[in-house]
Amino acid sequence: MTDSALSQLLGLAIGTALVCAYVVLWRSRLISIVRAIAVQGAAVAVVALTLGLHEHSVEPVAAAVGVFALKAVIIPMLLARWIRQSEELREVDPLINIPASLLAGGLLTLFVYATARQVANLGSDSASRAVPAAIAIVMLGLLVMTIRRKAVTQVAGFLLLENGIALVAFLTTSGLPLLIELGGALDLLLVVLVLHVLAGRMVSAFGATDLNQLQELRD
Amino acid sequence: MTVLASYLPLVPLLAGIATGLFGWRRSTALAAVVGSAGVTTGGVILGTIVVDRGAVIAAGGLVRVDALSAYLILIIGVASLISSAYAVGYIDTELRLGHTTPQGARLYGLLVQIFIACMLIAVSTDNIGVMWVAVEATTIATAFLVGHRRTRAAVEASWKYVVIASVGVSIAFLGIVLLYFASRHASVGAATLRWSQLLAMAGKLDPAVTRLAAGAVIIGFGTKAGLAPFHTWLPDAHSQAPAPVSALMSGVLLSVSFYVLARHKVVIDAVLGPAYMRNMLIAVGLLSLGVAASLLIAQRDYKRLLAYSSIEHMGLVAFGTAIGSPLAVAGALYHMLGHAIAKSVAFCASGEILFDSGTTRIADVRGLLKRRPALGTVFGLALLALLGIPPFSLFASEVAILRAAGAAHLELVMVLAAALLLVAFVSILQHGRQMLLGEPTGGHTDRRTPAIALTTLAIALGASAVLGVTLGPLDRLLTAASRVVAP
Repeated sequence: MTDSALSQLLGLAIGTALVCAYVVLWRSRLISIVRAIAVQGAAVAVVALTLGLHEHSVEPVAAAVGVFALKAVIIPMLLARWIRQSEELREVDPLINIPASLLAGGLLTLFVYATARQVANLGSDSASRAVPAAIAIVMLGLLVMTIRRKAVTQVAGFLLLENGIALVAFLTTSGLPLLIELGGALDLLLVVLVLHVLAGRMVSAFGATDLNQLQELRD
Repeated sequence: MTVLASYLPLVPLLAGIATGLFGWRRSTALAAVVGSAGVTTGGVILGTIVVDRGAVIAAGGLVRVDALSAYLILIIGVASLISSAYAVGYIDTELRLGHTTPQGARLYGLLVQIFIACMLIAVSTDNIGVMWVAVEATTIATAFLVGHRRTRAAVEASWKYVVIASVGVSIAFLGIVLLYFASRHASVGAATLRWSQLLAMAGKLDPAVTRLAAGAVIIGFGTKAGLAPFHTWLPDAHSQAPAPVSALMSGVLLSVSFYVLARHKVVIDAVLGPAYMRNMLIAVGLLSLGVAASLLIAQRDYKRLLAYSSIEHMGLVAFGTAIGSPLAVAGALYHMLGHAIAKSVAFCASGEILFDSGTTRIADVRGLLKRRPALGTVFGLALLALLGIPPFSLFASEVAILRAAGAAHLELVMVLAAALLLVAFVSILQHGRQMLLGEPTGGHTDRRTPAIALTTLAIALGASAVLGVTLGPLDRLLTAASRVVAP
């Protein structure tokens, strides 16, 4: 693969991933949010695949297959089933409204782009030039977790954060050793399953998964 | 010895699988006790060997047990011994009172042992990636244990716990990625996640990248270690979990997470010099002491009281590690052991008090010493041990840490830490006095604490007192372990 094809493909995939993060901020229909997460997972897999083909190494390609299966298929399917079962279809009252949260997301991204390059020089090839976008996705994930109050949207924010970190890992190091990637993927799947069960218990204890109701424990 | 080092995590796992297969019975509960005793013995044997012969390395460097690892294995073994011996009667009572079902008890037995196995893996690997996977796995294993009771409060606590701990640990993953990146650029083909190799190539790691990694690692593992300002999940999770699980989470999981942080500190210090991590750890240590002291003053719930006391003790451990001299680090490690014993006993006793009074409100528990003399004595002595009253070992370790702070010319910070410790001391003493002394009020059950539980807790307190007077053969292991962090 030529260098220009590599940087175009990487740019396209990272751009898609960043746009998906904004779709999560923008849409209030939960199923649209899950679709955005699935597309983003596929974009992360494309990044890993591109780098693997470029470097002629097998590990990133194998990781790409795993990432696609987990983040573009299995977890989104789980979340979609979860939404159908819970009959909660929309994010009803986010902490700040949608235009304001898009604005906040934009400012966060600008901030990351302005500062990330100065903090540490992570290299100058086309892969590491895309790292600020990946860090921006991490920050957008944290933003979603702070301002959204439904169990599903919290998980969506967490998955944005995870995808952002996975992108940083692929872009800077072409992925960690497969053993660690595998362990991390298993942990992620289990965390999502655990949160799914806990959300079910939340519905039976509180009647909904509105996190504003979690007020029992305080000092 | 490589076999022992590699397969020790299988011991609790087998005990857990036995409970998973045969359900919660007297025999499977005792298997867990035997397993914990096995882990403790394994820690002793490994400790004896590594002190003389250096680290045991196996499985292509995946497993590496040095003095520090062996010391942590010992702590894990001791705390799980206390917790599992107490759990025998605890779960029986929960079943009898209808607080849990046989299915819930089976799950409990399985998850606790998986949890212990994950902690053992985290401390006996050389690979920081595996450490990370194991720490994340402890969150998953304990999630349902925190929510064991399924009340509104338990659901709330476990949700917050899983979300905050997972986000924190994800950020730690970013730090590990950055360290891997730094090693990849150190020289061709040098990419590694092995702690010993990272340490050996520290001179070649990029300082700017390492500094970023340091921040991520402190936030990430600091969250799991319960250090302020990342501690917000801790009082909820530790107060809602069943008593034997609170004992393990407070007594050892915090220390295991801090151990992983300390391992990273060794590498980061070798790259950046000691000042960077020292300043950050002193800051989070003092903040933890401050948060704990301020919330202990007007605390109304005795399980939360114990949880905040854990934040206080972890703050002190962070403070000791930050100072970085051999005396300070030895003090911090010694403090971990003392805290593991005293906090496990205190949480187990709090479980009995909860059975007895049906409430976790301090104001509703009065005259415990008069009504339940044996239980009251154990709880009172555990509180005194936590307060660092001699002869209990936390006294000796607190003195060591504060003395080391003076020797390192950190007088101002030392005075501040001592003042915060004093506030916490007075608050816990005051709350404990209200619970233990005075005339009993309210109705009480005729429940008797099983003899095995009381004996275990009493022996543990005795051990804590002996350790405060003399370390005996542990002395060499502790010195060797502290040399890993303070070379």
